[in-house]
Parts: sequence; C-alpha cells; structure tokens
Amino acid sequence: MVKVIIYPTNSLILSDLVERFGHTPIAMMEKIKEKISTVSVDSPPLNITAEEPKTGLKYAAVEVPAGVRGRMAIVGPMIDEAEAAIIVNESPMSFGCMGCARTNELTKFLIRERDIPILEVDYPTGDDEAREFVYEIGEFLKSLPGGKKEGEQ
Amino acid sequence: MSDREEDDVITKLVVISSDSVLPIDAAMKIYESETSIVIKETCFGTMVTGPREAVNRVVKEVVDLDKNHIFVKERGFPPGDERRCRASRGGGPRPGFHYLREEVQMLPTIGKALDDYEKKIPLKETGKKKKLEVKQLEDIIESVL
Repeated sequence: MVKVIIYPTNSLILSDLVERFGHTPIAMMEKIKEKISTVSVDSPPLNITAEEPKTGLKYAAVEVPAGVRGRMAIVGPMIDEAEAAIIVNESPMSFGCMGCARTNELTKFLIRERDIPILEVDYPTGDDEAREFVYEIGEFLKSLPGGKKEGEQ
Repeated sequence: MSDREEDDVITKLVVISSDSVLPIDAAMKIYESETSIVIKETCFGTMVTGPREAVNRVVKEVVDLDKNHIFVKERGFPPGDERRCRASRGGGPRPGFHYLREEVQMLPTIGKALDDYEKKIPLKETGKKKKLEVKQLEDIIESVL
C-alpha cells in the first residue's frame, strides 16, 4: 500500500479509485480536517494562521502572493509525503473551485519534480474516454506495490 | 472521550450513483449497523460522521450494496459545521458543492467503466483529440483568404 497524491487534490473520483485499488489517497480533505480539528487553532473560516505563509516559503518564493504560499503550506507537505501520484489534466473543475491557477501549476510542477511513479491522464468527456481513464488508473494502481490484485476484495 | 479518540472522528461523503440503491437504502443500512455514528441524508447520498474505525466499517457495508456505483471520499468539515452549513451562512450552495456536482455528473460513466474493467472488457481504440497545430491553422487561414 502506498500513499498516492491526487490532482485535483479534492477529487471524489480519484480519491475513491485510489482507495478502491488498495492504496491511501493523499487528498486535501484530510489535511483540512486536521486543521479544523486542532484545538489550539480556532479562527473561522479556515484557520489559516500567520504560520502558513511561512511554511509556504519552502515551496514558493517570498514575492509570490500570500494566497499561493498559504495554499502551498497545505499542498506542499502532501507532495513531500507522496509515494506516487495521479494527475488529471484539463479537468474543468480545477478552474474556479480549486481556487488558484498558479497554485495548481506549482503543485503539478512540484509533483513532476519528485522521483516517484506518476500517471498523467486527461479528464474524460465521454464514455470511451471514461473507460480509458478508469483502465489507465486501475492498471497504474495495480502496478504499485501493495495494490489489489484481480478478484481481491 | 479522550483527546486521542476525539482526533479520530472523521466524516465521509457517500455519493450514490446507482440504479438499484437509493440514498435511503444506504441510510437504512447505516441505521441497522447500530454503531454510534451520525448520518445525514443529502441529495447525492449520505454523510457519515463518527470514530474512524466504525465509519470505515459502515461505509464498506454501504459500498458493498453496489460497489461500482457508490463512491466515497473523506470530508474535512463535519455535517452542520457553522463554517460550511448553509443554515448559518444565509443560504446558497455550500463551498465545494459545485465541485462535487460536476463530479457527480461524471459518476454514471465512471461506474460503467468500472463494471467493464471488472469484466475485463478490452478497450476500444479511440482516436485521441489533439489540439490544432499552428501550421494547420495557418493552412486553414490561407485556404480561406
């Protein structure tokens, strides 16, 4: 079982597929949960403290907007923790809801810089593409150590 | 409850995209489990909150109802959290809902693909759509001029 970082980092489909094939998804949701359930940090809405932009400095330069650094304070450690990665390109949701296009670019860049197995696929738009999408992800996850083999529950 | 146990309380989103299972079926399954967890029925499925071990066990039972058409992800905020709940924010979709809705539209095709993958149906050769090359665009422009 390996830790697989997913991009988009809060994707339901990717998080589910990674878990389905027997690995641990590294997703934004768990990190947010850690943040909001830390007793000492309690400043709604998102509990971003002055520490976050400082942590983000490890991943983005000081002249980069604080928003990018704040986001990288969460995403950066996720990338460091990852042992494999799945990147979905051209996904319509990563424009808008994912917040910040520059953070997304930086996230993908830092994942690609790491020496880990990476799968890059395009977001499917039809049935055939969806099948290809699932097959590619399935084969990739099975090829990782500890993945579920055929017929395993 | 000790701090350690408190830390281990998680929330999972169970999104149902099945022809045979309804959100109420999933909710009933969870009620039957007699575990001390909180569930909330929603338009897309249910949200389950409780100790990690119990939530994982119950969610697995629900997923087993139709495993290729029920999808699960963890959620950061518990249901009804003031920072996310519509009731305390004066209405409107909660942050993150648009993203979920976009993915939910894709789930029937993903479910079908998972069925095919399980049955080992070979992939059809599909021509990949490519972006238009600059040279091709130039040729088109010149042919029209």
